[in-house]
Amino acid sequence: MSVAVAPKTGPYPAQPEPAGPHLSIKDVRLEYKARTGKSVLAIDRISIEVPDNEFAVIVGPSGCGKSSLLYLVAGLAEPTEGHILLDGTEVNGPGADRGMVFQSYTLFPWLTVRENVEFGLKRRKVPAEERERIVSQYLNDTGLAAFHDAYPKQLSGGMMQRVAIARALANDPRILLMDEPFGALDSQTRTSMQKLLLKVWEQHQKTVLFVTHDIDEAILLGDRIYVMTARPGRLKEEIVVPIPRPRSLDMVMEPEFIAVKRRILELLKNEIKDDEH
Amino acid sequence: MARKTSLLDQCLTPKAEIPTALKFTVSAVTWVAVIGVWSILTYGGFMQDIFLPSPTQVTDAFFRLLDDGTLGQHIWASVQVVVTGFVISSIVAVPLGLLMGTFKVVQAALEPLVNFIRYLPVTSFVPLFILWIGIGIEQRIMVIIFGTFFQQLVMIADVSRSVPKDLLNASYTLGASRRDALLHVLTPAALPGIIDTLRVTMGWAWTYLVVAELVAASSGLGYISMKAMRGFQVDVIFLAIAIIGLLGLLTDLVFRLFRMRLVAWAN
Ligand SMILES: Nc1ncnc2c1ncn2[C@@H]1O[C@H](COP(=O)(O)OP(=O)(O)O)[C@@H](O)[C@H]1O
Ligand SMILES: [Mg+2]
Repeated sequence: MSVAVAPKTGPYPAQPEPAGPHLSIKDVRLEYKARTGKSVLAIDRISIEVPDNEFAVIVGPSGCGKSSLLYLVAGLAEPTEGHILLDGTEVNGPGADRGMVFQSYTLFPWLTVRENVEFGLKRRKVPAEERERIVSQYLNDTGLAAFHDAYPKQLSGGMMQRVAIARALANDPRILLMDEPFGALDSQTRTSMQKLLLKVWEQHQKTVLFVTHDIDEAILLGDRIYVMTARPGRLKEEIVVPIPRPRSLDMVMEPEFIAVKRRILELLKNEIKDDEH
Repeated sequence: MARKTSLLDQCLTPKAEIPTALKFTVSAVTWVAVIGVWSILTYGGFMQDIFLPSPTQVTDAFFRLLDDGTLGQHIWASVQVVVTGFVISSIVAVPLGLLMGTFKVVQAALEPLVNFIRYLPVTSFVPLFILWIGIGIEQRIMVIIFGTFFQQLVMIADVSRSVPKDLLNASYTLGASRRDALLHVLTPAALPGIIDTLRVTMGWAWTYLVVAELVAASSGLGYISMKAMRGFQVDVIFLAIAIIGLLGLLTDLVFRLFRMRLVAWAN
């Protein structure tokens, strides 16, 4: 196995990759250059290994670089230093193998629900009958069958994010990136979306990298939680969630859940204190 | 306790909807008021008809020119000039504007020049156009193009710039190429804005008609109003102005219907 792309700038040359398919983020730094010439360090040397078929969650305070990290993995931005490798191959630009559900609503408003879900399949020239079959399956899985002819304008926020999830999944990506997909929803809708996502994930077991600032959400959904520091974002701790699957929303009351929550709260509390000094 | 908002409240609340019947009534009242004031000024003898013709004088002029067959000819001549100029301008401005709003290189190359040119007075180019392309219909079309093209370019570029970047990003993560993103995301996303721009600039194209037919024209609504000016036929001037206005209104309506049909998803 070899690294496809020459090392980028910086003192962190590509290391030979350990065997086994997974996402690997190695010593990634990201600096935003402002127009004024000043630069903002958004991410400071993060290294994360996301094992295959795991639901990995990143939690951290607002502005700590969570979205930036997902954009890097998606290939929509380039790290200033460091490497991102998927199955040992360096990420070089966006691609259908890394599907993404965005924080903002990004459905194509001129397409119906069905056509939105079909978009990636069409770009990848999947034959019509197969498209039809796949789209119908994911519309059913996400409870959208009755809305397949609706335009995004006619949908609620929760419905739109359902479509976004179905659209990403229908494309059968290698890994699914989710950037606070339920962040803008009211708490009831959010709960029902978490339930839906649990169901869908337990059915497909796709590798997921999920970003949130909601600790309950992180524990409920995640197999593994990466806690980030305030800006510049660093990895503070990696927590394996010891709660069995299938998961349900009642589990938030169980002692294991509360123990993990206490731990994360503690980590983040320190983070806020650090910030104040 | 159930409280019903009064009609007055509805009218005075910012951005609140009002009943359709009221909308039409108010619009009609405005027209009646304008024509009413016009009638009082003219029939009441407050203004001489060499300055302001009465409504009947204008309708008389309308039937006079209709009967001798010249009105249709002039309208056709003007429609040809405006529509041809507008179509040529739009065919180039829409794709170029999209590129200008999408690619920073194109923007850097064109924007300074375009922003310079679009503030130049069209009128002062008329003699140059006559010098360069003669006094045929091409010269008149050129005036319309010059008047609309640069405005269109800037407005279409803005439309394309306002397409959210995450819409393109989403398409990339679904496997779209840059070409796909341009054709299947940016262009449809910009379509409502493009149609709105065309609607507005079509209105401007009509306003350039008189400039286009100012000199060296031998037919057209602008031409007859210039000719009427020399003969102090104020009624004909009014007639020409009214027809230009009505044609503008008509094209506006066509664009509105077009938008409702074509981009229903945006309403
Ligand atoms: N395009 C950009 N230019 C400059 N700074 C940015 C840009 N995008 C994000 N930032 C900054 O980088 C930091 C991390 O942003 P982000 O990744 O959006 O954080 P999060 O998603 O965790 O809230 C923030 O401080 C933000 O202000
Ligand atoms: Mg974010």
